[in-house]
Amino acid sequence: MRVRKNIAANEEGFLFNPTTGDSFSTNSIGVEIISLLKKDISLRDIVDELYEKYDVDRALLERDVEDFSLQLKEFSILE
Amino acid sequence: MNSIKKKPTFVIAVTGINAIDSPGPGVAVIRAIRDCKDFETRIIGLSYESLEPGLYMHDLIDKSYQIPYPSAGTDSLWERLEYIHKKEHLQLIIPNFDAELFNFIKLENQLKLNGIATYLPDLKQLESRDKVKLLDFGKNHGFYVPEDYIIHEFKELKKAVDDFEFPMVIKGKFYDAVIVNSTDQAEKAFFKIQSKWGLPVIVQKFIKGTEINIAALGDGKGGAISIVPMRKLYITDKGKAWAGVTLHDESLIALARKFIAETRWRGGCELEIMLSPDGKPYIMEVNPRFPAWIYLTAAAGHNQPAALVKLAFGQKLEPFGEYEVGKIFIRYAWDLITDINEFHKISGSGEL
Amino acid sequence: MCILPLLNNQGILKKLKLNEKNELNLIMEKQRYERPFIVKLNAGLMNKFGTRAENQPVTHIESVSIKGLLKEFGSPLFVISEQKIRRNYQNALRIFKTRYPKIQFAWSYKTNYMNAVCRIFHQEGSWAEVVSGFEYDKAIGNGVPGNKIIFNGPDKSDNDLIKAASNQSLIHIDHYDELYSLIRLSEERNLKPRVAIRVNMDTGIYPKWDRFGFNFENGQAWNALTRILSNSHLELVGIHCHIGTFMLSPEAYKIAARNLCELAWSAKERFGIMIQYIDLGGGFPSINTLKGAYLPGSDTVPSLDQFADAITDVILGYGFKQDELPLLILESGRALIDDAGYLLGTVLATKRLSDGRRATIMDFGLNSLFTSLWYEHKISPAQKMSDQTEEMIMFGPLCMNIDIVRESITMPMLQKGDQVVVHSVGAYNMTQWMQFITLRPNIVLIDTENNTHIIRKAENLAYLEQLEQLPEHLK
Repeated sequence: MRVRKNIAANEEGFLFNPTTGDSFSTNSIGVEIISLLKKDISLRDIVDELYEKYDVDRALLERDVEDFSLQLKEFSILE
Repeated sequence: MNSIKKKPTFVIAVTGINAIDSPGPGVAVIRAIRDCKDFETRIIGLSYESLEPGLYMHDLIDKSYQIPYPSAGTDSLWERLEYIHKKEHLQLIIPNFDAELFNFIKLENQLKLNGIATYLPDLKQLESRDKVKLLDFGKNHGFYVPEDYIIHEFKELKKAVDDFEFPMVIKGKFYDAVIVNSTDQAEKAFFKIQSKWGLPVIVQKFIKGTEINIAALGDGKGGAISIVPMRKLYITDKGKAWAGVTLHDESLIALARKFIAETRWRGGCELEIMLSPDGKPYIMEVNPRFPAWIYLTAAAGHNQPAALVKLAFGQKLEPFGEYEVGKIFIRYAWDLITDINEFHKISGSGEL
Repeated sequence: MCILPLLNNQGILKKLKLNEKNELNLIMEKQRYERPFIVKLNAGLMNKFGTRAENQPVTHIESVSIKGLLKEFGSPLFVISEQKIRRNYQNALRIFKTRYPKIQFAWSYKTNYMNAVCRIFHQEGSWAEVVSGFEYDKAIGNGVPGNKIIFNGPDKSDNDLIKAASNQSLIHIDHYDELYSLIRLSEERNLKPRVAIRVNMDTGIYPKWDRFGFNFENGQAWNALTRILSNSHLELVGIHCHIGTFMLSPEAYKIAARNLCELAWSAKERFGIMIQYIDLGGGFPSINTLKGAYLPGSDTVPSLDQFADAITDVILGYGFKQDELPLLILESGRALIDDAGYLLGTVLATKRLSDGRRATIMDFGLNSLFTSLWYEHKISPAQKMSDQTEEMIMFGPLCMNIDIVRESITMPMLQKGDQVVVHSVGAYNMTQWMQFITLRPNIVLIDTENNTHIIRKAENLAYLEQLEQLPEHLK
C-alpha cells in the first residue's frame, strides 16, 4: 500500500491526482499521514508516531487512521 | 476652482459570475459597468462555486470571494459579507440570482448601515411576481398571464389536465419548465419536478407565439429609466437565448412601462413575453434582476447596469432616449485556461 | 504527584511534573487531536465559507453550563428556560395589546402540558385551551377557574360536556352531533352552557383544514349559529376558528378575521346579540425550518407583528362600535414555547456508511425528538471544536431505519462523547414523544434566577410496568 508516485499534498492540504484529475482537501494531520505513507512507513508505525504527538485515545486513533486510509484507497490516492 | 474633476472609484460586488451554458448575468453586468466612462471601479466577484468562470477572469474582476449558499440564511451571508467588507470596503452589491434576492433584500438596511448600497425591489414587489402568484398579479393589474393551476397534490393534476388542452407546461416553484403533450407525460413531468423543487407544481396553459424578452430598469417611484425589448433569434435546448436582436415595438415598451409604474419597481428586471398570433402579449415570467443578455442594452445605447450604479449612489437620472434597433448579440463559448492552483486556492481559501 | 500547568509565550501548554523519584520534569503537552479528514473537491460541493455562524458552540443555556446539566441530570436531557417563556409571552401580549384593546391568550395544553410550563403561562395571565377530558382535568388541577378554560376539539364525552357546562367553561362546538348532545344534556339537567362554534373556511392556504368545525362558505356555520341563538339553554358567547398550523401567511389570518367578524355582525343584526369574543386560534410559526424549505425559518417566518397587524386591522376596521369590540382570544402554543425548549444529547458513535457518507449516532432520536419528522432542527456543538466541518447524516439510537434526526447536516467533526444542543424543541415534543425502545429522559426547568428544577423525572422500569398486569398463568 503506497501513495501514488506523483501525488503530494501541499501545505494548505490540497492534493491533485494527475492520473484521475481529482482534487482533494485534507487537514493538517491528513497531510502528515500522507507524507508518512509516501515514505513507505507502515500504518502501525504511523499510529505510533501520531500517538506520541497528539493527545488522543490510542484505539480511537487506530480506527481513525484506518478509516482515513480506506478513504485514500477509495479515492485512488493509495495504490 | 476649475480643476478637472477626478472620476470617483466605486467598489462594487457582483454575484452570478457563472458565465456557463445557462449563464448567470454577473459577467455581463460587470462588462457593462466597466464600459461606463463616468466612474472607475474595483469589481469584487461573489461566487457560490469554485468553477464559476468569472472567478478566473482577472481582467474583468479584481478579486473574488466565495459566499454561502442562499439556503444558509442571512446570518451566514452577513457574517461572510462583513468579512469581505472589512477587506474591500464595499460600496455597492449587485445580486443577480433569483434565489439569493430574498436574503439580500432582508439585509438591505444592515448593509446600508455599514455603508453598502443596494438597488433592489422590496419584498412585496419580489413576491408579487412570484410564479405561484403571477396569475393573480396579472388579473389585479390588467396584464395577460396564461391561466394556470397551482397543484399541491397529485390528484389535482387530473383537473388541470382535463381543463387545459395539450400541449401544456409543467413548471417548478423555482426553476424548470417542461412542455407536455399527453397525460402520461404530464404525470412524469409532475413527479420529476416535484422531487426536485417540491410542491406546489404549476400547470400552465401553453401559449404559442413569438418569444420576446424585455430588460428594464425602474427607479422605485414608478418611473422607467430604460426599457429595451429583445426578440430571441435562436434558443439553446434549455430555452435560453443564443442570439437576439433589439426591437422597436411601442406596445411592448408600453407594457413594460405599465409594469414598472404599477409595481413601482426598483432595480433591474426582465419580462418574459409570449406574443400570441392574435397580438396579445402574455407575461410568462418576471425575473427580478437583470437578464444574462443585459450587455446588449449597453451596446444599444442604454447601459442599464451603469445606470443602476448611478441610481444606487443617489444620482438623479432622466430616462434614456432612443436605443439602437437591430443590434444583435450572439453568445459564444471561450475556453479560459488557468492552473489547478487557482482552483485549489478558491476552493480552499474561498478567495482568489 | 503534582502537575502544574504553565503557558509559555507561544501559547503552548507545558506541565511541570514530579516523577517517582521526586525530580521535577518539564513535559511537553501533546497537541490537540483532530481526526484526519479528506474530501474530494468538486465544483458542485456546498462551499464552507460563511457556515461558521451555524457551528458556533453553545455552551450555556441562560447562564447554566450544558456540560454541568448533562453531568447532573444525564443525557439526553430536555431543558426549558422559564425566562424565555415569560419573555415570549410578554412580548406577544405587548405586540397585540398595542394594537387592540382587549386581548386574551389561552395556553394550548397539547403543545406542552408539563404542569410547570402551564403554570408559568397561567401566572402570566394565560387562560387554558384544552382538547380532551384529560387535558381539561389537568387545567383544573393547575388551578385555572372553570370559566377561563376553552374546551376545543371533536372529542368531548357527555361527562366532559356536563362538567364543562357546570363549570361555566367555554365549550367550542365542533360538529352537529356535539351540538345536539349539548342541547339534550342541557335540557335534561337544566344547564346553561356558554358556547362558541368552531368555523372552518378557505383562507387560501393549503391544506385546507375543513375537518374541524362548521364550514363558513357553504352556510353551515351560520346555520349552526342560528340553531344556538334560537335555543334558550345555550348562551352564545364567541366564535372560534383555527385555520392551520405553522402558518406562514398573515394574509390568511386577515381572511379568517374578516369571516368571523361577518358572522358576529350577522348575529348582531338578526338576533340583536353581540358576541363577547372572537377566538382566532393559534398556528403562528416558530423559527424552525420546515423540511423541504429552501431558506431557513429564521429568515422566512413572518414576525408576530405582521400577524397582529393583519388580524387587528380587520377587526378594528370592520365597523363595530368601540364599546362592542369583541375580546380577541389567541391560542398560540408553538410560537410562545418552541424556542424556550432545548434538547441536549451526546454522540454515541460515529461511522462511515458504505457509500462513504459520515454518520453520527446520537443518544436521542425520533422517540424523544418527534418534531425531527417535520423540521430541519438547528443543532449546535456544545463544546469548542476545530473549524473543520464535515457533512453527515445524524441518526438516533433506535434500531429502526426511520430513526433519523437530520438527513444531512454540516457540523464540526464530532466524535463519541461530544455533546450537542438541539434548538427550538419546546413545542409538541414533550407531549408527542414516544416511550419506545428507550425510556423518556428528565426535563429540567431553568428558573429566572438560573436555578435548575427537574419538572419531570426520567422514566424507569418500575414506572413503566406500573400499569401492566400479568394473567395468572403467566406468572
